[in-house]
Amino acid sequence: MIKILIVDDERDVELLFRQKFRKEVRSGLIELAFAFSGDEALKLLDSEHPPEVVYVFSDINMPGMTGLELLEKVKSQFPAINVSMISAYGDTENYKKAMESGAKEFFTKPIDFDSLRVEIGKIINQE
Amino acid sequence: MDKVQEDWIEKNKELERLLGVRTMELEKSLKDYQELQEQLLLQEKLASLGQLSAGIAHEIKNPINFINNFSELSIEYVEEIKEELKKLSETEAKEEIGDLLQDIKANLEKILLHGKRADGIVKSMLMHSRGGQGEFVPTNLNTLLQEFVNLAFHGMRAGKTPINVSFEWNLDTEIGQVSIIAEDFSRVIVNLCNNAFDAMRSKSNTLGEAEQKSDYQPKLSIRTKQTGTKIIAEIEDNGAGIPEPILNRILEPFFTTKKGKEGTGLGLSITHDIVKAHKGTLSISSKEGEFTRFEISLPSIPSIK
Repeated sequence: MIKILIVDDERDVELLFRQKFRKEVRSGLIELAFAFSGDEALKLLDSEHPPEVVYVFSDINMPGMTGLELLEKVKSQFPAINVSMISAYGDTENYKKAMESGAKEFFTKPIDFDSLRVEIGKIINQE
Repeated sequence: MDKVQEDWIEKNKELERLLGVRTMELEKSLKDYQELQEQLLLQEKLASLGQLSAGIAHEIKNPINFINNFSELSIEYVEEIKEELKKLSETEAKEEIGDLLQDIKANLEKILLHGKRADGIVKSMLMHSRGGQGEFVPTNLNTLLQEFVNLAFHGMRAGKTPINVSFEWNLDTEIGQVSIIAEDFSRVIVNLCNNAFDAMRSKSNTLGEAEQKSDYQPKLSIRTKQTGTKIIAEIEDNGAGIPEPILNRILEPFFTTKKGKEGTGLGLSITHDIVKAHKGTLSISSKEGEFTRFEISLPSIPSIK
């Protein structure tokens, strides 16, 4: 079982992910956690010692802390956690910044859940 | 005395003539001024609409994604319920539930279809705001025209309602090069061709079967020439033409005469934006029922001789 944290200011993202990964969650392959801001995400990661989350998927454009700022903070505080970005803005500038700050992958919205499943599958196999 | 009077009459006539010429000149410059003002107003409107639509497009993208995702999921669920339903014994209620589920599924598919349609519109709106990624490269406009008119033609032939079109090429091989972002400018050519094909199809549809076969031959003329420091490209079709009252509106975003799903009303407005980004102008002349001519004028690169 691996724990995945999804960060997005759109609350319906939780409903969507829970339904899309219903089978994987039910069969105990993954556990999903949600945060609706960068601050909330950091608090959640900080509340577990050692952190249980192994993978963070974060939106970029959020009020308050942006996904790119969150990426840098997670990478410096919890270097072992994978972070990938999910953004509606698939421009080269965001992509370059994310990759330079240590993002694992860069997904664009609308989310292609099949490629997300593949990505999560890779991590499950590693564990 | 007669001589003086004659001179006077002569001078009067001359003055009258001069006054006439001057009045005509003034009238013309007033008309030019009014046209310029109209054009400026339109450009201002277009610029602000472009910015606004890009902002709206980004905001709308997320809700559209949710609509598409959740309807997709629900279609899967209905399928699963139908599978489960098969395990129950046959009753009237089961049959009724099965029918209702079928209706729900059909509705969800409609929601998804229209969600995707909205997504398509948003995507083309975002094209408006796409910041300059391509590079300006000195280009021979003739080659580019040949390549992309052909591409548009084959695209149309492969589409749902192909028409027969003959081409009349009139390319001036002596024209100088123009500075162009090929990815963007190719869209201009393809858009204008597609419009021409639509106009010719629409004319052909309004004609009777017999008339259509004998008299009407859709023809697309492509011309290039150089006048001074300007390179001019013309794309002219002999299609349905544009009625005079809407001629000055067709470059506006979301203005479309095409019904329902056929047009987003963005094709020509994007085309206009791209031509402007190339420091060029796009002008249209048309006669309803006879022809539409788009003229693109681009600054030529000064040749070093």
